[in-house]
Amino acid sequence: MTNELAQALESVDRARVEAIFQQALRQHSPIQVAEQLIVPALQQLGDDWSAGTAALSQIYMASRICEQLVRRVLPPAAPERRHHPPHAIVVLNDYHLLGQRIVLAVMQASGFDIRDYGRMDVEQLVERVVADDTKILLISVLMLPAALKIKAVRSALAEKGHEVRIAVGGAPFLFDPQLWREVGADAMGQSATDAVAIVRQWMEEMA
Amino acid sequence: MKTSMERVLTAMEHREPDRVPVFILTTLHGARELGLSIRDYFSRAEYVVEGQLRLLEKYRSDCLDPAYYAALELEAFGGETVFIEDGPPNAGAPVIDRIEAIDRLVPPRVEESAGLLRGLETIRRLKAQVGDSVPIIGSVTSPFSLPIMQLGFAHYIELIYEQPDRFSRLMAVNQQFCVEWANAQLEAGATAIGYADPMASTTTIPRDLYLRTGHPVARETLARINGSAAVHLASGRGLAIAEDFVATGAAAIAVSTLEDLADWKAAVGDRLTLIGNLNGIAMRNWSEEQAEEEVKRAIAKAGRGGGFVLADNHGEIPWQVPDRVLLAIRDAVDRWGRYPLDWVGQAGAGA
Repeated sequence: MTNELAQALESVDRARVEAIFQQALRQHSPIQVAEQLIVPALQQLGDDWSAGTAALSQIYMASRICEQLVRRVLPPAAPERRHHPPHAIVVLNDYHLLGQRIVLAVMQASGFDIRDYGRMDVEQLVERVVADDTKILLISVLMLPAALKIKAVRSALAEKGHEVRIAVGGAPFLFDPQLWREVGADAMGQSATDAVAIVRQWMEEMA
Repeated sequence: MKTSMERVLTAMEHREPDRVPVFILTTLHGARELGLSIRDYFSRAEYVVEGQLRLLEKYRSDCLDPAYYAALELEAFGGETVFIEDGPPNAGAPVIDRIEAIDRLVPPRVEESAGLLRGLETIRRLKAQVGDSVPIIGSVTSPFSLPIMQLGFAHYIELIYEQPDRFSRLMAVNQQFCVEWANAQLEAGATAIGYADPMASTTTIPRDLYLRTGHPVARETLARINGSAAVHLASGRGLAIAEDFVATGAAAIAVSTLEDLADWKAAVGDRLTLIGNLNGIAMRNWSEEQAEEEVKRAIAKAGRGGGFVLADNHGEIPWQVPDRVLLAIRDAVDRWGRYPLDWVGQAGAGA
């Protein structure tokens, strides 16, 4: 069923996606459908994108369709969603929101209750992370100068004694595989769906 | 071979000039040369002219790159530009805030946009300085890619999939604007036009959808531009649609660092000149030796027979790339780019 869903998503065939989703819901709980059907299908698309065989437009439309479907059966604050530890996503110092919107949609479609910080500069982000006691932070950027600012986020949070794991994603990290380490991140996602695996693993380690 | 113009034109005719042409595409670095902020630098044509001339002397590039920044075109549509101190100016909020506004959108006139007039003045002044000795590369954002800034990327993708009629209308408006802007630059003295079309990349959109949307737009638009055009995908992939780019009538294509120049050369032969594909992001940390190796590798893959211009893969070298790297790249072209490239194919050639 995963392959079938991935194909329907890649074709942006809403009716087919809806039918597969409803069929799965007859056999499984919403969170099971999110984690065991939606996540693997989106992961398959994400892998195709990393390999150059799927396009960003397909990933965006797929993530949006899945987010809408899952939201219907698992509203944002539903108890079945993964809430802890607090996790959030932000676009840092940048005006390009597509990557963040895709990751946000994928995370929401995958059953996470992730906080959306929208677009922030370094100072705003540090304040918010401390205030929310955010433990996992996903940072999306498109431009190199924004990527380099992550270093300032990391050091400002360290100065405040706030421990947080940071995963980063965006074009500059794909073109320079060492950049995520250089800016002090703990992980880098090649595609939006990598965020799901990274956050899952960190949540298990922090439990 | 006496001039950069002769060198580039010979290469674009798929013949071997005296050496591989190199485009050091630095739009921002001129601000540093003049000791100005990026915002101030782009505020006057004479600053950009002076910056480009100093960079030409310093890096000995085979072209002048009078482009300002992509959001300049959005300014013509009433948009704002957001300047930062260490990178390219960004487009501000989308100018089309409701999708219905497309129905009433009209193409702005070049002569009514202060920013575009500044761009034209820059080209005119550079042309007066260099005449026909150095190519001046104008630039436009394609009608198909401009909506990324006009609408925001996400809303634009939704438009393409869900509202084909409005998409067509937006293309008609953008095409009229793009053609007028490109031809004004050519009239001002630009030698050729860089046609930035990142939306066409297979990184961004699947081929079947591109063939129904951006491809006919590119074919029609390039046919109405009165000069040669180089398609630029802003680092995105394009090899899978190489034949489709040939069919647009473009003269050249900028190749992503994610793809192999040799594969491109095999795919398009002498039908497109290849431009690329040094990694602009990674190069800020290159040693001089790495820079030389990367130059050597690119030349080995695509240099033979002409039809190749060495450049970065994005069409704009980041502000963070230091002089020592750019000078090392340039020196390496002198060392390894002289035709005939007899060293290519020999052991240790780096291909």
